Amino acid sequence: MAASAAVRSSMGLTLRLSRVIPDCSTCPLFRLKCNAKNVANLQRRGSFDSLRTINRHLQTSIGLYHSEEGSSNAEHPEDVVNVVYIDRSGQRIPVKAKVGDNVLYLAHKHGIDLEGACEASLACSTCHVYVSAAHFDKLQEPEEREDDMLDMAPMLQENSRLGCQIILTPELDGIELTLPKVTRNFYVDGHVPKPH
Amino acid sequence: VLIYTPALLFCCNSNELDVNLSRVFAGGCGKASLSSCSPKVCIVGSGPAGFYTAQHLIKVDIYERLPVPFGLVRFGVAPDHPEVKNVINTFTQTAKHSRCSFYGNVNVGKNVSITELQQAYHAVVLSYGAEGNRSMGVPGEDLAGVYSAKDFVGWYNGLPSCRELSPDLSCETAVILGQGNVALDVARILLSPIDILKKTDITQPTLEALAESQVRRVLIVGRRGPIQIACTIKELREMVNLPDTRPDMVAADFDGVKEALKDLPRPRKRLTELMLKTALEVPGEKEQERRSKASRTWGFRFFRSPVEVLAEPGHSRIAGIRLAINKLEGSGDGAQAVLTGEVEDVPCGLVVSSIGYKSLPIDPSVPFDSRKAIVPNTMGRVKQAAGLYCSGWLKTGPTGVIATTMNNSFDTARSILEDMDSGTLDMSAAKPGSQSISALLEKRGVKPVTFSDWEKIDNVEMKRGESRGKPREKLLTVEEMLHVAWT
Repeated sequence: MAASAAVRSSMGLTLRLSRVIPDCSTCPLFRLKCNAKNVANLQRRGSFDSLRTINRHLQTSIGLYHSEEGSSNAEHPEDVVNVVYIDRSGQRIPVKAKVGDNVLYLAHKHGIDLEGACEASLACSTCHVYVSAAHFDKLQEPEEREDDMLDMAPMLQENSRLGCQIILTPELDGIELTLPKVTRNFYVDGHVPKPH
Repeated sequence: VLIYTPALLFCCNSNELDVNLSRVFAGGCGKASLSSCSPKVCIVGSGPAGFYTAQHLIKVDIYERLPVPFGLVRFGVAPDHPEVKNVINTFTQTAKHSRCSFYGNVNVGKNVSITELQQAYHAVVLSYGAEGNRSMGVPGEDLAGVYSAKDFVGWYNGLPSCRELSPDLSCETAVILGQGNVALDVARILLSPIDILKKTDITQPTLEALAESQVRRVLIVGRRGPIQIACTIKELREMVNLPDTRPDMVAADFDGVKEALKDLPRPRKRLTELMLKTALEVPGEKEQERRSKASRTWGFRFFRSPVEVLAEPGHSRIAGIRLAINKLEGSGDGAQAVLTGEVEDVPCGLVVSSIGYKSLPIDPSVPFDSRKAIVPNTMGRVKQAAGLYCSGWLKTGPTGVIATTMNNSFDTARSILEDMDSGTLDMSAAKPGSQSISALLEKRGVKPVTFSDWEKIDNVEMKRGESRGKPREKLLTVEEMLHVAWT
């Protein structure tokens, strides 16, 4: 889809993905801290989910039912794809996934807030994610139907994709997927309120 | 129906919410024990707005006027868009969760008042959408043969109140006013080959009517120009690719559009490019052949506003529609259509007005902005009405797809949770919740339909559909639905 790639790059709005969290991944202390925090997060997220929201926990189980697409009990190291989800509050959630995993169902399995209203049938834009620059071009070009649905997503960027269309390959190791963050000060018609 | 979604969700991390959670229960109830003061919340309306709001609340009751849930997902989304309806699976999970209770067949405003709900619940969320429609406001609007898209869509989707619509499809030309996704849905249903439609959940009476339909030409009319068109590319592509049809556009309508392309944002640009291609490009041999064999045509007509629906002399049936010719002042989204004084008459036998749904006031005690036809609110908190919230189209107006409503509803749920946390929502007194409402309803002879009752209806519909090769054969009357629910 060279045409759509050209359109993308000529797109008027070029909201650069601004990283609110510095890239610590090169620091050895980061991995240590990350693993410890991750375990605690999962425990905390689990309990807060079942109390706080009706079926966030149940949503996770959708991923389990689609185990052929989303399961990631990676036994073989060659199969492992390291993925980082950056949720809407900017929190980094590293996930060990497997080649062939679907990014949407993987997110559900790990309790990440990526809605998939139409269940991966290219009929909505609720699984919109930003893909890390280093990996964006390694993805298969979107089909026309995906581009059509992406057009409906707010805060579309050059590195936007629908999560349900991303299947993990070995080249995507280290991919980072950011959930678009929009505060409630955003208006449907693009109006930006003036500070007062 | 469409547009931009202010996509959003929670922007607080789990740390913050954990602390808040314990504050909600402790702070709100003073010395009372946790179990005796749980927050009671109810939602009026079980469409996407209702269910997405429910998804983020701890314990919630949903009241629905019809015996069946899901609102416009069931009655608005076109039959040939089944994937859009997948969201019903998410809603079903929410409804079957032990913390959510569904009460169908309860007419809020008639069987029980908002005031009574507010006495029983700490927070009441209004998510009942838009059941009215904007009228064209032109003479002849009430002639036989003129329908609102809301009713037409309700008819082909089996909405009980639209069962008797029986539109006359014995004319050659149909004119649709409006160029949003609903208008394109109507055009597509009018022109789709029956072989495609008969495998969908379109109602049997509609299928029979369409099989006899003489409609061969559909014009989709808009006040402004191609760059202002309100539909989205997916729906346009479906028209372009519709089997046995060919496009019929007016080339002059597209003057200047190609030059304006370069400044358009991506979604608008792709949509406009597809329109230009369809309207102006000389098709290749294969497409040329396909078009020449097509038995039906569809086309956009731009810069036209309805001024009168014309009747056949001496009859009260429609013979045509008089359209005023406009010119555009300004450009882009803000361009205005201005009358030129010229008019044009288009002979036709069917007019569908697709210029917008409209919310209606439910109860005199609820503030209502009749100009915008919404409940006045700030972030989902109804103005000057403590404990009252709104989500979905009632909150923002009747545009947007399911994703839009999802974000809008999560937003409202968040406002409610914030208000519980901060004490803005008064939770000092325990409230009875559904216990008192159920008692009231029983006293008034109203029997709610539970979610398991709905599942019986669901199963009957799916079973009936099976023998016809359809995903379901919808029950078309409330009486039938209740009969199945309670047998």
